[in-house]
Amino acid sequence: MAENVLHVENMTMQFGGVVAVNNLSLDVNEGEIVALIGPNGAGKTTAFNMITGVYAPTNGKISFKGEVMLENHPQGKMVKNYLGENDGMYDKTIVKTPDQITKLGIARTFQNIRLFKSLTVFDNVLIARHMCSKANVFSATFRLNKREEQANREKTLELLRMVGLEKEKDEIASSLPYGKQRRLEIARALATEPELLLLDEPAAGMNPQETDELSEFILKIKKDFHLTVLVIEHHMELVMSISDRIYVLDFGKLIAQGTPEVIQNDSKVISAYLGVQEDE
Amino acid sequence: MNKKTRNTILNILLVALVVGLLCFFQSDTSSHSYAISIIERSVIYAVVAVAMNLLNGFTGLFSLGQAGFMAIGAYVTAILTIPVEMRDSVYYMNGIAGWLHDLHAPMVVALLIGGLFAAAAAALIGIPILRLKSDYLAIATLGFAEIIRALLAAPMMDQITNGSYGLNNIPGFKNIFQPVALAVICIGIMVLLINSSFGRAFKAIREDDIAAEAMGINLFHHKELSFVISSFFTGIAGGMLAIYMRSIDTKTFQVMLTYNILLIVVLGGIGSVTGSVIGSFLINGGQEWLRFLDDDTFKIMGVHIPLFRPGFRMVVYSVLLMVVVLFWRRGIMGNNEFSWDGLFGLFKRKKKKVSAGGES
Repeated sequence: MAENVLHVENMTMQFGGVVAVNNLSLDVNEGEIVALIGPNGAGKTTAFNMITGVYAPTNGKISFKGEVMLENHPQGKMVKNYLGENDGMYDKTIVKTPDQITKLGIARTFQNIRLFKSLTVFDNVLIARHMCSKANVFSATFRLNKREEQANREKTLELLRMVGLEKEKDEIASSLPYGKQRRLEIARALATEPELLLLDEPAAGMNPQETDELSEFILKIKKDFHLTVLVIEHHMELVMSISDRIYVLDFGKLIAQGTPEVIQNDSKVISAYLGVQEDE
Repeated sequence: MNKKTRNTILNILLVALVVGLLCFFQSDTSSHSYAISIIERSVIYAVVAVAMNLLNGFTGLFSLGQAGFMAIGAYVTAILTIPVEMRDSVYYMNGIAGWLHDLHAPMVVALLIGGLFAAAAAALIGIPILRLKSDYLAIATLGFAEIIRALLAAPMMDQITNGSYGLNNIPGFKNIFQPVALAVICIGIMVLLINSSFGRAFKAIREDDIAAEAMGINLFHHKELSFVISSFFTGIAGGMLAIYMRSIDTKTFQVMLTYNILLIVVLGGIGSVTGSVIGSFLINGGQEWLRFLDDDTFKIMGVHIPLFRPGFRMVVYSVLLMVVVLFWRRGIMGNNEFSWDGLFGLFKRKKKKVSAGGES
C-alpha cells in the first residue's frame, strides 16, 4: 500500500451564507494521479485554494504526509451562522500561508494562468528557486552565494530542457503561445521541488492535439519527478486517460469516487453533468 | 572589434570622462560652484529616486513616504555632525539635551546611523501598513511622512531637533567627490540587490503576488525587506541632503519633496535604475537650464520676448514635462536599463528607416 500523501478530512468552506465546499474528504496516495471533477461552480477550485492555504477552511482538517497541516473550526460570527456538518468535531486552529505550504512540498498551477508576465521564461522558473536558496539578503546582494546561484541557474536550465522550453528561455513569458505558457507554469511549479503537484484545469483552452500532448506530458513529469498529482479538469478524455482515481463534486458535496470505469457508469455523476431526466 | 571589447572601452571612457569632469570642477570650485551644486543635488536625488524605484518600480509598492524617511536621515545626520563647539549657538533658543551635547560622529558614520534610524522607522510602520495595497498604501505612507515632520517640529522635541528653528552649521561636503562616491556606492548596492535572487523575488511580487506566494515567497517578509532597504538608502540620501544644504528645517521635507522624487522616477521610467539617474539629472538640471526664461531682460538675437518674466520658467518646465509624459508614456527608459548595445541599436534602426525611406 502506497503511503498517504494528502489526507483531507471533513473540509468545509463557507462564504457568508454560501457553503462552497461541504464536508469534503479525500485521500491522495503516493504516486497516484487523482482527478477532482464536477460541473462549474461545484467548489473544485475552492478546495484547491484551501489545500494551498489561500483560504483557511471554515471547518475540517488537512494532513500532508501524515502531519496535520491545516485545521480549523467555525469561529466568531461563523459559530452561529455555520451551515455545514461536523460542527464541534475540531477544536484547534492551524493556519499556514501559501508560501509555507509550498515549502512543505505542495506546488500548484492556476486556472487562469498566473505567470510573471513581463519577465523572461528563464526568470519565471528561476524565481521559484528563490525559495530553496539559503542565502540571506546580504550574502545574496554581495554575491557570496555564487555557487548556490550557479546551481539554481543550472537547475532552471535543466527544467526548461525537460519541459521543452529551452529555446524560448530568453523570451518574455506573455509572448509565448498559450500551450507553452501552461507548460511554463508547470515548470515553475516543479522548480519548487514539490512532492504533490496540484494542477487547476491544465487543459483549459487547449485544442485536442495540445490536450493529447499535455496528458503525455503529465505522465512524463510524474515519472521523472516522482510526483503525486491532484488535478482539476473538465476535459473528460484527459481525466479518464491519466487518472488512477476520480472524485466528483457537485454543489460543494462529494457525490462519487472511484476508478474511471466506476465513475463513467455512476448514475449520480451522469445526472450531475447532464441534468436529471424528467419522468415521462 | 567585437561588442564586448567595444563596450568595455566605452565604459572606461565614460568613467574617465566623468572623473575628468569632476576633477575639472574641483580644480576651481569658486568659479564652478553653480555646476557643482547642481551635480551634488542631482546625485543625492538620484539615490532617493533609485531607492523609490526599488520599492515602487521593482516591488510594486506605491509608497509616498520618502520625505519622512529623508527627514529622519537628515536630522540624525545633522545632529551628529554639527561640531560640538557650535552646538550652543545652534540651539541658542532652547538649549540642547545634555546627553546629546557631546555626541558627535564623522560624516560617513552619521549617514549610516541616519539610514539605520530611517530603516528602523520603516520596519516599525511597515508591519501595519504593508497589508495595504496600491493607493491605500500611498495614502498611509504620505500620512506617515507628515507625522514625522510634525514630530520633528513638535515643541517637546525642541532640545533634540531645535523645533521650528531648524538646524544649521552642518559641515558641508569637503569636495565634489564625496557625494558622488557615496551615491555611486549606494546605487551600486541597490543594483546588486535588484539583480540578486531577492531582487527577482521582488519583481515576482510586482508581477503577481498570488503566484509569488504560491512559489514559496513570503509576501510580508519580502515586502518588509524591500521597504526597509529602500528607506535605509532614502535616509542616507536625506543625510546627504542635510550635508549639502548645510542647514535644514522641517519645511525642507514637505510633500513637495516626495512629488519631485516621484516625478524623477516616472520621467526616468518606473523599473529602470539608469532611468532614475538620468531623470534626476534632467529634472535638477532642467530647472536650472531654463532659468533664462525668468529673465525679462533676456533677448534672442536682439529681439526682446515679452513672455519672459519671473515665473515663466515653471510654465515651460511643466509643459515640457507633459510633452515627455505624453510621448514617452513609460518614461524615458521604460523598464529597460541603459546599455551601449541599446544605444547603438537605436542609431542603426534610425539609419535603416532613413535608407528604407530613400529607396521608395
